[in-house]
Amino acid sequence: MPLFEVDGLTHFFGGLKAVSNFNLTFEGGELMGLIGPNGAGKTTIFNLVCGVYHPTRGEVKIGGQTLAGLFPHQVTAMGIARTFQNIRLWPEMTVLDNIRVAHNYKLNYGFLDTMFQTSRYRAAERRIDRQARDVLEILKLEDYAEELAKNLPYGLQRKVEIARALVIRPKLLLLDEPSAGMNLGEKEALIGLIRWMRKEFNLTIWLIEHEMRVVMNLCEKIQVLDFGEMIAQGTPEEIQGNPRVIEAYLGKEMD
Amino acid sequence: MTKHSLAILAGIFFVLAVGLSWTGGLSSYSQLVLMFIGINIMMSSSLNLVNGYMGEFSCGHAGFMAVGAYVTSLITVWFFTKGSVFGPNLLPPAWATVFFPFILLFGGLIAALVGLLVAIPSFRTRGDYLAIITLAVNYIVKSAIENIQAIGGARGFMGMGRVVNGMQEVADLPWMMIWTWVFVFLTILLIKRFVSSTYGKGIIAIREDEIAAEILGVNTRRAKMVAFMLSSGLAGMAGGLFAHILGYINPGSFTIMKSTEALVMVYLGGMGSLSGSVLSAVLFTLILEILRPLQLYKWVVVPLILILLMLFRTEGLLGHRELTDVFPRLRRIFGPREEIHAAL
Repeated sequence: MPLFEVDGLTHFFGGLKAVSNFNLTFEGGELMGLIGPNGAGKTTIFNLVCGVYHPTRGEVKIGGQTLAGLFPHQVTAMGIARTFQNIRLWPEMTVLDNIRVAHNYKLNYGFLDTMFQTSRYRAAERRIDRQARDVLEILKLEDYAEELAKNLPYGLQRKVEIARALVIRPKLLLLDEPSAGMNLGEKEALIGLIRWMRKEFNLTIWLIEHEMRVVMNLCEKIQVLDFGEMIAQGTPEEIQGNPRVIEAYLGKEMD
Repeated sequence: MTKHSLAILAGIFFVLAVGLSWTGGLSSYSQLVLMFIGINIMMSSSLNLVNGYMGEFSCGHAGFMAVGAYVTSLITVWFFTKGSVFGPNLLPPAWATVFFPFILLFGGLIAALVGLLVAIPSFRTRGDYLAIITLAVNYIVKSAIENIQAIGGARGFMGMGRVVNGMQEVADLPWMMIWTWVFVFLTILLIKRFVSSTYGKGIIAIREDEIAAEILGVNTRRAKMVAFMLSSGLAGMAGGLFAHILGYINPGSFTIMKSTEALVMVYLGGMGSLSGSVLSAVLFTLILEILRPLQLYKWVVVPLILILLMLFRTEGLLGHRELTDVFPRLRRIFGPREEIHAAL
């Protein structure tokens, strides 16, 4: 059974067809890129997968189970985590709290446990605290644990966002333009980080990216989206030479 | 040691307040002010949960207070006093001593259920629109009470004084002072526990970025429901205490004015700051009492103080921070910010 399937995904915003008959299958362990000009529908696809929007037609399945009708937090609990195009950390919370709160998807205690601080509550909080600190340590962010998220430099905020997604222990990690706004050095570091994460946590990664250096460097396979439709897919080399892709990005050549 | 110093201080304060009330060291006026401080602490810190920590704008807090006040009063008067409305008492008046805290909790529970009236619309709407819904709930509660003649309607409801007298006949203690401050400490403890848990921090994440919170696994609907219900439940208990301190309530006590007072205290103390809420409730109550000789001019001076404060400290006295963050030396006495995690 494939790890993750998108079958005939179609979505309308009013009369506008934002995504049209999009298909994808992950067997597990892939690192797939999704590229396309601005407004092609890339982030919409991520939002459809995460349950922020419900697709007009089509279906998304993880491990054979459909995600139709689930709330985003339920999708997360099924093993899909993501980061955002424009960083969406919780700015007035500490880095550590940002990571801790992401543990809510599998909280095994409830309101009354919190009020009475039962042993179940204390054990869970201990575990969450340890796991959060572990993740920060692995990503070398432990020095910033008590810092407010908004006070971190941009590159580190990205890293915290990735850390926050990692504590969900996702089967599938969605990265929405992780290199946006980064300088050259930070991009190199990001490429290294994504490679390392994939191996370390045995992740399947699906990546939206504008920066060709990053995509071509990282992805084994790329899909190209234009006006909500997939116009090409293949290895980075195949994509680079594909006339439809060049047309979508640069426009048609005049005769 | 540092971990318990706050509890020890609270204990000393409690013993002093109750002791002095009992021996007559505090005049009955001072006792009343002290109890109102307690009520206001409950109101401001519970409203802070929604307005400060969760970042919604609820401006109908007095509505929940009214529900708690009427539910607890009706039960105590029905059970423990002879009256024209409910007939003979069902239980001996002395039993009120034992049952009172449970009746208060029950009043809070009903207020929490009424809180659902706000919580459920909050799934789909927020900001100004939700604020209007909270305002509407305040008016609905007030008008409903006004129009139920069986419980006095607009004339109000009384008889709680006899319930308290019944308690005093069992043991001559300042019962309302005791229960007010017990419930104040309970309120602070519950809110502190809630917002320092991973579970409760979900509502702070909702304030900071609701979509990110939902996508990263926070069940935002449940979190909002819990926060609104906890907040309105605590306000309901404050209302129950308020009713039994005064011995008389009428719907006019729970208008938008009362909600505004709670709002002022939250913003005065600083949103998302529990110690700020406590501090501002104390200050606000005292300032209003101190300025009482000014009579009508009080209502010029108090808003003026607020305007000046908001001009120079837009985030309130302690915006998003606790006392220990502003005065780090206090940490030596009260322990570190993440007291709970250090303790684990």
